[in-house]
Amino acid sequence: MTAAADRAPPLLQVDHLTMRFGGLVAVDDLSFSARNAQITAIIGPNGAGKTTVFNCLTGFYKPTVGRLCLRPPGGGELLLEQMEGFRIGQHARVARTFQNIRLFPRMSVLENLIVAQHNKLMRASGFTLMGLIGMPVYAAAERKAVELARYWLDRVGLAERANEDAGNLPYGAQRRLEIIRAMCTEPRLLCLDEPAAGLNPRESAELNELLLFIRDQHKIGVLLIEHDMSVVMKISDHVVVLDYGRKISDGTPAAVRADPAVIRAYLGEEEEEALPPEVAKDLGANGRADSGTRPRPS
Amino acid sequence: MAATATVASSPARLPFAGMVKEAAIFALVALALAFPLVGFNILDKGAGSELQTRFPQMFYGVGVLFVGKLAMSLIDAGHARAIAAVSGALALAWFLAALVGVTGTQYQAIAWLTWLVALSVAVRGWVVMRRARGTAAQARDVGAMVNRLALYVGPAFVAVAVAIPFYAYVIDDKRLVDLGILIFTYIMLGWGLNVVVGLAGLLDLGYVAFYAVGAYSYAIISINFGLNFWETLPIAGAMAATFGVLLGFPVLRLRGDYLAIVTLGFGEIIRIILLNWNELSNGPKGIDNIPRPSFFGLQFGSAAPKGTVSFHEFFNIDFSPMHRQIYLYYIIMFLALLTNWFTLRIRKLPIGRAWEALREDETACRALGINPTNTKLTAFAIGAMFGGFAGSFFATRQGFISPESFNFLESAIILSIVVLGGMGSQIGVVVASIVLIGGPEWFRDLEAYRMLAFGGLMVAIMIWRPQGLLAHREPTISLEPLARGKGS
Amino acid sequence: MAYFLQQLINGVTLGSMFGLIAIGYTMVYGIIGMVNFAHGDVFMIGGYITIITFLALGVLGVTWVPIALLTMLLIAMVFTALHGWAVERMAYRPLRNSGRLAPLISAIGMSIFLQNYVQLLQGARNKALGKPLVSGGMTLMEVEGFTVQLSYMQIVIIVLTVALMAGFTLLINATALGRNQRACEQDMRMARLLGVDVDRTIALTFVMGAALAAVAGMVWLLYYGIIDFYVGFLAGIKAFSAAVLGGIGSLPGAMLGGLLIGLIEVFWSAYFSAEYKDVAAFAILVLALVFRPTGLLGKPEVEKV
Repeated sequence: MTAAADRAPPLLQVDHLTMRFGGLVAVDDLSFSARNAQITAIIGPNGAGKTTVFNCLTGFYKPTVGRLCLRPPGGGELLLEQMEGFRIGQHARVARTFQNIRLFPRMSVLENLIVAQHNKLMRASGFTLMGLIGMPVYAAAERKAVELARYWLDRVGLAERANEDAGNLPYGAQRRLEIIRAMCTEPRLLCLDEPAAGLNPRESAELNELLLFIRDQHKIGVLLIEHDMSVVMKISDHVVVLDYGRKISDGTPAAVRADPAVIRAYLGEEEEEALPPEVAKDLGANGRADSGTRPRPS
Repeated sequence: MAATATVASSPARLPFAGMVKEAAIFALVALALAFPLVGFNILDKGAGSELQTRFPQMFYGVGVLFVGKLAMSLIDAGHARAIAAVSGALALAWFLAALVGVTGTQYQAIAWLTWLVALSVAVRGWVVMRRARGTAAQARDVGAMVNRLALYVGPAFVAVAVAIPFYAYVIDDKRLVDLGILIFTYIMLGWGLNVVVGLAGLLDLGYVAFYAVGAYSYAIISINFGLNFWETLPIAGAMAATFGVLLGFPVLRLRGDYLAIVTLGFGEIIRIILLNWNELSNGPKGIDNIPRPSFFGLQFGSAAPKGTVSFHEFFNIDFSPMHRQIYLYYIIMFLALLTNWFTLRIRKLPIGRAWEALREDETACRALGINPTNTKLTAFAIGAMFGGFAGSFFATRQGFISPESFNFLESAIILSIVVLGGMGSQIGVVVASIVLIGGPEWFRDLEAYRMLAFGGLMVAIMIWRPQGLLAHREPTISLEPLARGKGS
Repeated sequence: MAYFLQQLINGVTLGSMFGLIAIGYTMVYGIIGMVNFAHGDVFMIGGYITIITFLALGVLGVTWVPIALLTMLLIAMVFTALHGWAVERMAYRPLRNSGRLAPLISAIGMSIFLQNYVQLLQGARNKALGKPLVSGGMTLMEVEGFTVQLSYMQIVIIVLTVALMAGFTLLINATALGRNQRACEQDMRMARLLGVDVDRTIALTFVMGAALAAVAGMVWLLYYGIIDFYVGFLAGIKAFSAAVLGGIGSLPGAMLGGLLIGLIEVFWSAYFSAEYKDVAAFAILVLALVFRPTGLLGKPEVEKV
């Protein structure tokens, strides 16, 4: 990260976000920021409100209180809490994946990726009319869209399965597909909801590679909800910890790992016997296979 | 009714007793069900009614069901004997049905029931035998196979469809052409609704409203403004599409079942308005003397109006009422194929894919920045437009329309065609139309049983294949493996 | 004022009938998420069974009104409930796990089947009672020559409705069946794992709904004096609208919705135009769904993403 990038305002600034459902306060006065070309992880025990934060950011919930300000590198300021759901994907270019994978199961892998590029293809097809009569400008746009899809398919090794129904893919492949589908919308901020859930250690490592690639080559902001510490600690630049809807820690992975509040609320309490500090250090430092055998909160 | 064929080689007496008991319980329940409505007949008497009993028919019907259930149990238990019994029963039933012509309507119902039960038993026996031989479970791939053959089946079907009127002309069978027109009308309506229900996954139970708008638009415009069919067609389509947007806009964000009921309500509202707004629609009397289509200015009547030439005079052939029918046939065929072409093309355009994506998972669509409301409205409007075209055709074909033709049953039939055919499957709509519309036409004489059979068929097909007869989907674009990726 | 009061009475009467039918819709939707399209036709069958019982009682010489009413009530409820059970067993249970569309189509098919079944067996013409079972009433007030009448039949309907509502609420809240039902509504898989006989609970739900529809059919026949095979369609849609208006899944909501729809229909015919009264009911449904999709007494559903 260059000094210039450090001086730039953060890509995403969340101020005093509060989400209430009747009497239940899911998120309580949360403020944090996420920088461009950085991976920010939101962690916390189950029920801490992480997915609720995502839902507020991506327009599925209207926050009770709060400001969600997106400042893309090109300039300008977008207030996400005031935008209608789908416009956050369309204009603000915030993309997301879901905890329970939401693909289009009976459409092929390639079709999933083409649908992701819907808006620009709609424009190219003259909002359908030109496309109907077969104007070449649409055919060219569709070819380009396929190229972009192919690029990402090659990246995650799904090119061979491009014509299969998305619903028939194995679990790990479906997760990868969901991520590259989000990337096909050419987003500025990528929000991933537990992308490593259910992945084996090898797949988790591949996921890390993919996310680092996205961060370094495509230079967008990545926001990540995760439980898998080997992913979080290894690749995050910035970690925010939630517990019962409140932020209890915010900083670099190293700082958060050592924060007693975090250990108390999350990392520490899950362990039956306290891990020797060398093991804990090992875990964070090189994310080796033995981390996979550690009991994790489910 | 359990499915597995067990290996019982000897008919043990104890299982047989069990089977009899099971069949008896079944028959008892049937008896309780049949007792009030079958056992008694309410007849008019003066200002009120009186009761008549029909116990013999009731007991007979229950008896037939008892035998049928027993036969089914025997088949399931693996008795070859059952098969012989089945074929014997079927022959007997057919004999009874033939007798119907002699004995009159009183025993018609009984004969049909017997035949139906015997048929069910026979089918069941056949299915069990196939399963025992291990040749079952291929039906699933029929859909895939048919869709792959679509490349050949499609043009072949069109060729046959084009040829039918000539054949009918030669054998002078006007009824065949009429049937063709009827089936094609429903095919077009099915293809139009397919855009809404099959592609976009929006449950529309009021599609007949757009059919009505198209019909009345054509009638009113052509009578009052003198425009001919082809000139009015786009206007009628535009009006129907406008209605689609108006009706759709407030309700498209509703969940599936609610959307269904609301669209049903809209269909009824339109019908009631047409029934009562006499100034606009002439109320229950309907609109008569709707202009018929002409062939480039040539009228189809036996005598042309002054100053024009009639069709048969121009071509120097004898007048036949079939000329107009054949012309109408080709018009509806053209319109239907237009709908089909449009659908096939639009599936490969972004909006078409967005419809299908919306059907699969609306939440994911929103996350991808797709505007669900506009996307749904477009589907609704385009489906409505084709319904409007079909409605205009209907008006010009009949020459007379009234609100009665546009009731909920029509919407239900069209929806059934789409769902039974296999949602989203163009060929499925064709097959379902031929089966559901053409089939009962054979039973024209048994008009009363037609709707009963229709309802029963809907239930039966759904239970047998809930996904529809030919549900299969081919992707609209594929990735070529080696060289540059191309769209298909 | 007197005119208004009369319409009010008529509206509440009509609304009670809609409410009784609506409860069946709402219970079934609550437990398996399906619109039982054939429910209106079950109501119609209830009416037919009532008239058959009525005529049979006439033949048997039973004329004392309370006994006649009770007998008709019981017989109609039992046989109609049996029909409701049969419909569920044949047309819906096989499709329990087949998505939302297949059961709906099956239900529509069942509705068409039932209508034509009755039409074939009993003929297409209206069936008339001849002379009403319960006649007469009382005059509530007389203003400027217009009398406000409350007929005994109307009293019977309202009393019956109130009693059934009370009974059903008790059933739902205080018995094991009611508990099982509520459990199945919330999480069917878990209920099954905990030992609830889900098939039986669902079947009983249909049976109860059908029994209430039977009562509605009986009072409809007695109130209007005629029944025909098509009455179920329109009444069914209005009753479903009532269920939605009141908040689908809520029993008191169904009755409230029913009363509202009944009142709207009666007042619209009385003060505006009778031809468009059905339009009024549908229009209310649309407006209700557009502005408050969860209905008056329904709980807002939060979408789980």
